[in-house]
Amino acid sequence: MLPILTAILVLGVIGLILGIVLYVVARKFAVDTDPRVEQIIEILPGANCGGCGLPGCAAFAEACVKRDSMEGLNCPASSSEVMQQIAAITGRAVQELTPKVAVVRCNGSCENRPRVNNYDGASRCVIAAMQTGGETGCFYGCLGCGDCVTVCRFDAIHMNPETGLPEVDQEKCTACGVCVKACPRGIIELRNKNKLDRRIYVSCVNKDKGPVAKKACAVACIGCGKCVKVCSFDAITLENNLAYIDFEKCRLCRKCIDECPQNSIWAVNFPPKRVVTPAAEKIIEPVKESVEQDKQDN
Amino acid sequence: MAEKLYISTSPHIHSGDTIERNMRWVIIALMPALVASFIVFGLGALIVTATSVAFCLLFEWLIAKFLLKIKDTTISDGSAVITGILLAFNLPSNIPIYMIAMGALIAIGVGKMAFGGLGKNPFNPALVGRVFLLISFPAAMTSWPVPHQFMAYTDAVTGATPLSLMSLIAGGDASAAAQLPGLSSLFLGTTGGCLGEVSVLALLLGLVILLWRKVITWHIPISILATVAVLTGIMWFVNPVLYVNPLYHLCTGGLMLGAIFMATDYVTSPMTTKGMVWYGIGIGFLTVLIRYFGSYPEGMSFAILIMNGVTPLINNWCKPKRFGKIAK
Amino acid sequence: MLKTFKIGGVHPEPNKISAGKKIVTAALPKQAVFPLSQHIGAPAVPCVQRGDTVLVGTRIADPVGFVSAAIHSSVSGKVAKIDTVVDTSGFRKPAIFIDVEGDKWESDIDRSDTLILQCTISQQEIFDRIKNAGIVGLGGACFPTHVKLMPPKDCKIDTLIINAAECEPFLTADHRLMLEYPDQIIVGIRIMLKALGIEYAVIGIEENKPDAIALMRAKTSMVSGIEVVPLKMKYPQGGEKQLIEAVTGRRVPPPPALPASVGCVVQNIGTVFAVYEAVQKRKPLIERIVTVTGKSVQNPSNLKVRLGTPISQLIEAAGGLPEDTSKIVSGGPMMGRPLLGTDVPVVKGTSGILMIPESDAVRHKERTCIRCGKCITACPMGLEPYLLAVASEMEDWERAEENWIMSCIECGCCQSTCPSRRPLLDWVRLAKNRVNDIIRARNTKI
Repeated sequence: MLPILTAILVLGVIGLILGIVLYVVARKFAVDTDPRVEQIIEILPGANCGGCGLPGCAAFAEACVKRDSMEGLNCPASSSEVMQQIAAITGRAVQELTPKVAVVRCNGSCENRPRVNNYDGASRCVIAAMQTGGETGCFYGCLGCGDCVTVCRFDAIHMNPETGLPEVDQEKCTACGVCVKACPRGIIELRNKNKLDRRIYVSCVNKDKGPVAKKACAVACIGCGKCVKVCSFDAITLENNLAYIDFEKCRLCRKCIDECPQNSIWAVNFPPKRVVTPAAEKIIEPVKESVEQDKQDN
Repeated sequence: MAEKLYISTSPHIHSGDTIERNMRWVIIALMPALVASFIVFGLGALIVTATSVAFCLLFEWLIAKFLLKIKDTTISDGSAVITGILLAFNLPSNIPIYMIAMGALIAIGVGKMAFGGLGKNPFNPALVGRVFLLISFPAAMTSWPVPHQFMAYTDAVTGATPLSLMSLIAGGDASAAAQLPGLSSLFLGTTGGCLGEVSVLALLLGLVILLWRKVITWHIPISILATVAVLTGIMWFVNPVLYVNPLYHLCTGGLMLGAIFMATDYVTSPMTTKGMVWYGIGIGFLTVLIRYFGSYPEGMSFAILIMNGVTPLINNWCKPKRFGKIAK
Repeated sequence: MLKTFKIGGVHPEPNKISAGKKIVTAALPKQAVFPLSQHIGAPAVPCVQRGDTVLVGTRIADPVGFVSAAIHSSVSGKVAKIDTVVDTSGFRKPAIFIDVEGDKWESDIDRSDTLILQCTISQQEIFDRIKNAGIVGLGGACFPTHVKLMPPKDCKIDTLIINAAECEPFLTADHRLMLEYPDQIIVGIRIMLKALGIEYAVIGIEENKPDAIALMRAKTSMVSGIEVVPLKMKYPQGGEKQLIEAVTGRRVPPPPALPASVGCVVQNIGTVFAVYEAVQKRKPLIERIVTVTGKSVQNPSNLKVRLGTPISQLIEAAGGLPEDTSKIVSGGPMMGRPLLGTDVPVVKGTSGILMIPESDAVRHKERTCIRCGKCITACPMGLEPYLLAVASEMEDWERAEENWIMSCIECGCCQSTCPSRRPLLDWVRLAKNRVNDIIRARNTKI
């Protein structure tokens, strides 16, 4: 009995002494942290995506509290409510960011852009882009190894096995920008999300001359400039055989899409344009008239 | 012409070496010792080896398919077979099947798959299984059948092994010295012990095969054997009555088996030749330490496992000679 | 005991199937294409325009800056256009296209076969002739030769090493050059010795070329200051640093140190021949020997090819593209560049065209590293490729730099021995690229 009691006593006293030592040290050498930093870290998404430009959510929270103003500080991965909450915690005004979304500007699927060779090196876009022009005739387009997919922390971009191109899930995309940096060919761009998530863009980054680009890919931009001429808002520019639509200036009128001979310009989330064929007109016109008639009668 | 050209960068050719080729030659190098174990221990050896290999393969497949959910299980690369054979080589021939199964489960499950499978484990899986069995079933693991009982399995008659006699001698028991078998029977393998460790001749044959096929280099086996020879030689020189001739140490226990097959496992041993030599010296030193000053007669398994743990440190410290390094 | 380098190396099958084939002059192309970047350094700028008439030897592009080289037309005809072409680098690069008409040469080029032994011009004149001939290292690296012959002032040069190792399997261009033009090579060496102002040259030849060793030994016995050293057959014996170690025992320190810092200048034997032609015959670099070979090739040959000839023409001359070809490589199988098609033009660094069958070229599926250490044993620079590859995958550039990644000569020994078929060199190249940027940024800050 005595050995057991002795053991319990001795170990108990050691534990007590160590506990007191730990408590004293914790108090004496405590680091003063602003409790607001912890509060902000709680409400942030915690993805450490780097979209704010700072190395991680903790750094962002510290910057919010420590800096004099919230100028330039914004978390693209959080909703505007979260930013408002941060504004409340820090007592400062927060900038409203225009919602953006990642856009993959390449439509060089297996069908449009046939593979003429076989890249069998390490399966990384950065490595492939360093080693070779690629498996197709287009040396600017998507390489298909999926660096953008690997790096996304919000599960918002996936490879479509049929087309060989990445596809962005606009619901999940927070426009943090890591995929933009990961793509060695600069194919992905953050563009305005706009009302109803509508956006129009040239789905091509090929800077080769027209005939070369067209030979490589059926839907490549050949730099003909027709879209530039038809745009009434000066939103489209042509440089290096490639058209580019400025998303700040674009009014989503879709005139350029009709003009493009290559079908390189994409409109996302628009209702399909009604195409009225002559045969259909013969049916539609009388119906329209009878509807008008009914309206007048009633 | 082929439809499409490959466009990956250099090198464009390969020596043809594969993981399977290396594993295949290790298995071939183990064959002489396997045959010797059948000759010495008969049916028991056959059952233990077959059971061990079967359970190792089974557990690797089960864990890979259902726990880790890997699509292409790796049981065909030969590493599970080697673990199975080596585990069996570290067991006495009268060990019951359920113990072998448990050993295999721990060897493959804890020793290998828990770390991520081939290439990721820090400790030699066969030794992990063996040590687990040694600590869990000390009695079963330390009673070895007398050789040449061909049809016996768990019912075999057991007797003292040379290693246990040697530790008795070191403890001062003079009568044990008389019972110690001659060196030639140790060399050929007509004494008791675990399955794979008894025939030094067969094991050396395996070493020749491994070196010839460039599966391993000489550094680890030679540094282990040399260290043990030197250290036990010194002790024998100091007191020949208590400490036996170094040749006895080289030919008994799992020393030869460990030096040739277990310590040279790619995954758990250092990668530079300098590191391999230090690793071998460490194993030799620890083996002698445990054999003479530890309570187990056999020190090889623990020595190797301890040095497996030190391997990452050795890899960091023992870098290869850099071309053009300016000597300070 | 034959001399060799001590660390690492592998022994691929030599496959010198074209070693016995005499050099044959290839037919002129219909259109010659000259990429503007055929050398290390700034790409050249065109000095001709569309419609200009050129002769063989007319300069068509000027060098830019010190480390650059001129480009000369290898054909006579009209400049068709200045456009882009997919060249041996695997990318589309600017190039000059010339439609071939006849075979008229510039008048100051001596086209005779007479051997001109004496070189009486000054050192400066030698440099100028080499520079104006657009000569670059023909071993594959394509470093401008006149720059190499002007090492930094603080480096005391005492040995000129001629690289005739030709350690890459399949390639035999240098071998045939030695057998068929040994006298010109000796004169070329003496010109280079004069340019460097030194008296001692060594020709390093691998032991698998006993006829070349014997012939060169016989020729050098009649002159003083040039020695022939046979070398053990081991890849990469022809690597600059390995060659210097084998021949002189000295080891070049890691980058940014150059061979000049251990007193050596290394030149490929093909470059030596080009220097002879440039200095003694006033002939710019317009043609070179190309080995067209492969296991399934019908007629493996050593062709004397005008620069700018499309590879497709050479393949035809060698009996056509074999059915089982799955990879076409410019250079050797260990360090050559893969071609994206057969329209690629021959450039200054094209030492060989290798057609590799599927069975040899196919890359097996990549497996986990089994830590066997074979890559370390193989690496001739004493590096740990498995570690560098993992550091690259983890984007740990500091670790890569700490482990001497910039010393990597990209010889491919590691990847060719890895049993797990890991693409080690792919990863190492990525890391070298990033670490290079980091070092450059660090140096500009200082």
